[in-house]
Amino acid sequence: MAISFENALGIHQKALEVRVQRAEVLANNLVNADTPGFKARDIDFKAVLGGVQSGQQAGGQLAMSTTNGKHLPHSGSDGTAGSSELLYRVPSQPSLDGNTVDTQQEVAEFTKNTMQYQSSFHFLNGAFKSLNNAIRGE
Amino acid sequence: MSLTNIFDIAGSGMSAQSIRLNTTASNIANADSASSSTDEVYRARKPIFSTIQQDVMSQALGGQSSQMAGGLSASQGVQIDGIIESDAPLDMRFQPDHPMANESGYVMYPNVNVVEEMADMLSASRSFQTNVSVMDSAKTMMQRLLTLGQ
Repeated sequence: MAISFENALGIHQKALEVRVQRAEVLANNLVNADTPGFKARDIDFKAVLGGVQSGQQAGGQLAMSTTNGKHLPHSGSDGTAGSSELLYRVPSQPSLDGNTVDTQQEVAEFTKNTMQYQSSFHFLNGAFKSLNNAIRGE
Repeated sequence: MSLTNIFDIAGSGMSAQSIRLNTTASNIANADSASSSTDEVYRARKPIFSTIQQDVMSQALGGQSSQMAGGLSASQGVQIDGIIESDAPLDMRFQPDHPMANESGYVMYPNVNVVEEMADMLSASRSFQTNVSVMDSAKTMMQRLLTLGQ
């Protein structure tokens, strides 16, 4: 029986990828905390990971048809990628310069994301350890 | 590898905040630089922050994103568009004995608001700290990733 990495590692490798992407988006929010008019963004982890999963299982999700060359493709509609739409955060309080970054909230989310990254990593590492054990046959 | 992007993003923030801190230092240092004419007097300098828009175009045009959600980040970090001089009214003081006084006895002082500058300084140093901790987290995540499977 051949070892399938896809089956052995499961969802965790994708989860780790999405965590890294979310860290990037949150870092970008934090860095633009003083930029006038900047709107804080975030990705819906569940939707992105769900898109990856359904893309894996069903071999693609329902895509909007682009019948004209000038149609803009809907992100994630190509079936190969998860729908990774960047959403805008609902601001908790208004600011004069139109910036919607709440630094405390973003730092909290970033820290949380880092912890979740570490747990995903832990699971992935566990999968690799099990594979190692299987190979050694100890 | 998008973890390396975080280094670029946080780095751009750190450099922007240090430029902001530079202008603040310059403003506070020159808060009392007197001058006899409105043209020569120091004016408060302010940096203009803007987001670096990178992947917006490629995303709109359906750019070939090889990896999953390749065109995900619509913006990458922050940049300083330029430094402007504040056009707030200058501080004119009647000091006929001052060596810089003009013929009507007035001396021009910069339009620097020291209280505002101090608040700006605190804000800049806090934002700098945030960026440092973001970079530190990214570093930890990356180091962790290098130990995968060990």
